[in-house]
Amino acid sequence: MKNYDIVIVGGGPAGLAAAVSAKKAGCDSILILERDTELGGILNQCIHNGFGLHTFKEELTGPEYAYRFIQQVLDLGIEYKLGTMVMDVAPDKTVTAMNREDGMFTIPAKAVILAMGCRERPRGALNIPGFRPAGIFSAGTAQRLVNIEGYMPGKEVVILGSGDIGLIMARRMTLEGAKVKCVAELMPYSGGLKRNIVQCLDDFGIPLKLSHTVIDIEGKEHLTAVTIAEVGPDRKPVPGTEERYTCDTLLLSCGLIPENELSRAAGVEMNPVTSGPIVNESLETNIPGVFACGNVLHVHDLVDYVSEEATRAGENAVKYVNGAEAEAGAAGGNATTGAAQAEAGGNAEAGRAHVIALAATDGARYTVPSTINVDRMSDLLTVRFRVGDVYKNSFVSVYFDDERVMHNQKRIMSPGEMEQIVLRKAQLAERPLLKTITVKIENE
Amino acid sequence: MYDVIIIGAGVSGAAVAWQLGRFNIKTCVLEKCEDVCEGTSKANSAIIHAGYDAAEGSLMAKLNVRGNEMMDELSKELDIPFKRNGSLVVCIHKEELGGLKDLYDRGIKNGVKGLKILSREEALELEPNLSEDTVGALYAPSAGVVCPFELNIAMAENACENGVEFKFNTEVKDISKGEDGLWHIKAANGEEFCAKYVVNAAGVYADMIHNMVSKDKIRIIQRRGDYCLLDKQVGGHVTHTIFPQPTSLGKGVLISPTIHGNLIVGPTAVETDDKEATNTTAEGIEELITKAGSHVRNLPIKNVITSFAGLRAHEEHHDFIIGEVADAPCFIDCAGIESPGLTASPAIGEMVAGILKEKMGLTEKSDFVATRKGIVRTEGLSVAEMNELIRKNPAYGNIVCRCEMITEGEIIEAIHRPLGAKSLDGVKRRTRAGMGRCQAGFCSPRTMEIINRELSIPYEKITKSGGASVIVPTRTKAAGAAGAAASCAADAGTQANLGAAASKESDGEVTGA
Repeated sequence: MKNYDIVIVGGGPAGLAAAVSAKKAGCDSILILERDTELGGILNQCIHNGFGLHTFKEELTGPEYAYRFIQQVLDLGIEYKLGTMVMDVAPDKTVTAMNREDGMFTIPAKAVILAMGCRERPRGALNIPGFRPAGIFSAGTAQRLVNIEGYMPGKEVVILGSGDIGLIMARRMTLEGAKVKCVAELMPYSGGLKRNIVQCLDDFGIPLKLSHTVIDIEGKEHLTAVTIAEVGPDRKPVPGTEERYTCDTLLLSCGLIPENELSRAAGVEMNPVTSGPIVNESLETNIPGVFACGNVLHVHDLVDYVSEEATRAGENAVKYVNGAEAEAGAAGGNATTGAAQAEAGGNAEAGRAHVIALAATDGARYTVPSTINVDRMSDLLTVRFRVGDVYKNSFVSVYFDDERVMHNQKRIMSPGEMEQIVLRKAQLAERPLLKTITVKIENE
Repeated sequence: MYDVIIIGAGVSGAAVAWQLGRFNIKTCVLEKCEDVCEGTSKANSAIIHAGYDAAEGSLMAKLNVRGNEMMDELSKELDIPFKRNGSLVVCIHKEELGGLKDLYDRGIKNGVKGLKILSREEALELEPNLSEDTVGALYAPSAGVVCPFELNIAMAENACENGVEFKFNTEVKDISKGEDGLWHIKAANGEEFCAKYVVNAAGVYADMIHNMVSKDKIRIIQRRGDYCLLDKQVGGHVTHTIFPQPTSLGKGVLISPTIHGNLIVGPTAVETDDKEATNTTAEGIEELITKAGSHVRNLPIKNVITSFAGLRAHEEHHDFIIGEVADAPCFIDCAGIESPGLTASPAIGEMVAGILKEKMGLTEKSDFVATRKGIVRTEGLSVAEMNELIRKNPAYGNIVCRCEMITEGEIIEAIHRPLGAKSLDGVKRRTRAGMGRCQAGFCSPRTMEIINRELSIPYEKITKSGGASVIVPTRTKAAGAAGAAASCAADAGTQANLGAAASKESDGEVTGA
């Protein structure tokens, strides 16, 4: 097997954008490993439009959006392997993978970009009581069956969870002639984008029942009915509010889980809030030269932001590879520390590097990244985060240690919509003693 | 006409079939579901119990200890994953320490080897995550964990290999003794069978089957048990099987690693009149979490990947009923097989075969095949072994289930084995594809594709587990319209495809030449 400087695990939107940017940044030795039989990842089954408004300033379908990047990968001559499962990423960045043609093989990469995406939370993880018949699908599985395979799971549908895929599938199933009876959401707010509530539920008269959940599933062989009940503030069902819906299909859209089994096995440190790796300003994990981007890092709402993030990961991986080479080249002569190492060394903090921690408190749940090495950050750095509840007319505040430096009012913020702030390098560079940047939500 | 008909292809029926496979007789197993291992056998703790629980002198005690003894050889012969991880009955109340001694004494009388009462310190040293309240424990090194599906499937496959017939989707509706002295069996699907001997291994339905032929009625009470299965990430939370002290309702909520590295928590014990009530309940799962937490600290219950419920076939006198029915000669009961039924199953098979051997004067086959080779397990193979496998069959290089890392090759093998898988659950129980943390979200469409291809079952007919459990009953509008347009050309299309395949092959030949 050939050696590659950068191995990208996953050929979905994150992996593709990372590959393109790494190539454009001057790296000619890149390999994408994709487990499916096509590049493009889950976008291939997202045949609805609404992709690309930020990136391309036009509305594309999922496959069209993916193809814009696939085309670049092809034009730039970036190598990729399909039907290839990565079995292991070792801490020394040796990647072990397997496919039908090559068998099991290893590649000692100089940098690895983790772009495995995420998976859906299944029924089992929700502990929904009742029978376990056919007719229960995670929304994305149903989406694949309908849009790729061309088969319908059923005709009378209840959806639990108001994640975006569930909302999209409410509309899709309706267009296919199914009756979507309701969407139940455990939380008092939707987990999806506002625009999807409007376009996929409101426009089709599908009720969204907030603070409701499924408390029973009937049907020994095939689903026949579910019972939905209102939940109190403790998220426990309120007796007397039960409503039975006959249905043959239950779709679940109750959250996405970054798929980090490989990362964990490699020793990558995880953020328990995002279930994704802890990364620095370069989107680099605690293992120098291992980067993460896209939904494996934290679940995004918009693919445009995935592409943007992955572009940065690709560029930073090239910097890492070049830095490591410069260092190796210099190793024979005088030991060069300082600049080269700062450039090269991931979280291994180089001597006097100015590293700032990011904290999320008071309604802000997390930030990506978690740390910033001021010397290595770009002039503008986007920090993304989510809020833990619905906030109306509240303020996003940013504190540099105890000093409030940003205080922006937002009409509405909700957990289903990712928020962001932008930090300027100059602003941080002039505060050499700054230790912590805190993002919080304030009422006034 | 059969010499022996076995009703039920759960672990008891399969064990009897396995043991009868060695004799020169015609045996048939009738199963109401579409596959083996569809009832109690698929939803239990998957524990090979040591044998200290059952009352001294009971059949349960005897067959538990015997079944446990048989497991080492059986697991080798039939290639079944099995591990003696040892069990601990943990006492958390000082005043109940005497209970451990009682269990110990009973175990000794039952013939359990290696039992030892541990102090708090010894117990915590063996199992650091035991509760702070631990005051002592009974250690049984001979207890183990097994794959309950594979135990059941392996015995059935071996029986099949040795000539035992299996009829699925065949629910027994009526049994009567004919004037010819034979048992006449009518099935719900209209088929009729007759046999000299009948073995009743019908699980929770064993009372209904028994009561068709005997005036001396028996009653099976379903005892439902809810379980939670946790992610492999936390499979090492305990390494032994941890029991609380037993009560009249059973051995209580256990916490155990499974043979495949998950953590299992359960079961509850709720009596129900419904023989199909395998539904979990919110109260049941709540109870599990509370009870399990009292013996093991920091139970990582949030890592649950699925919950399920099984029904124990509890007989009111709480012992196995195995033997010829007094007022129904040539009808052998195998009833009330609740815990430790899985452990006892090989011994149950041995006992029933022994009864039949003596009554029927059975002789052994000369060509009996004693061993069975399981599906190739790619997990744990070296790179060289893996590549050898992939070179011979590239399907082993294609991962279908990414949580459990199951290859297409394993799934194809599961489908084409004796008594092969026909449904998603059939594939799952044979390969573990779909049993991981995403619970088949990713692999089910791919597995459907393989079932469709290998068995020529149209997508609309592929089931989760037979019967009405179809997964995608109809086509989408666009696909349906395209299908209708194409349907008249379907034959031509197939031929064209065949033509393409053929020309590819001849290309290969040319290149090869």
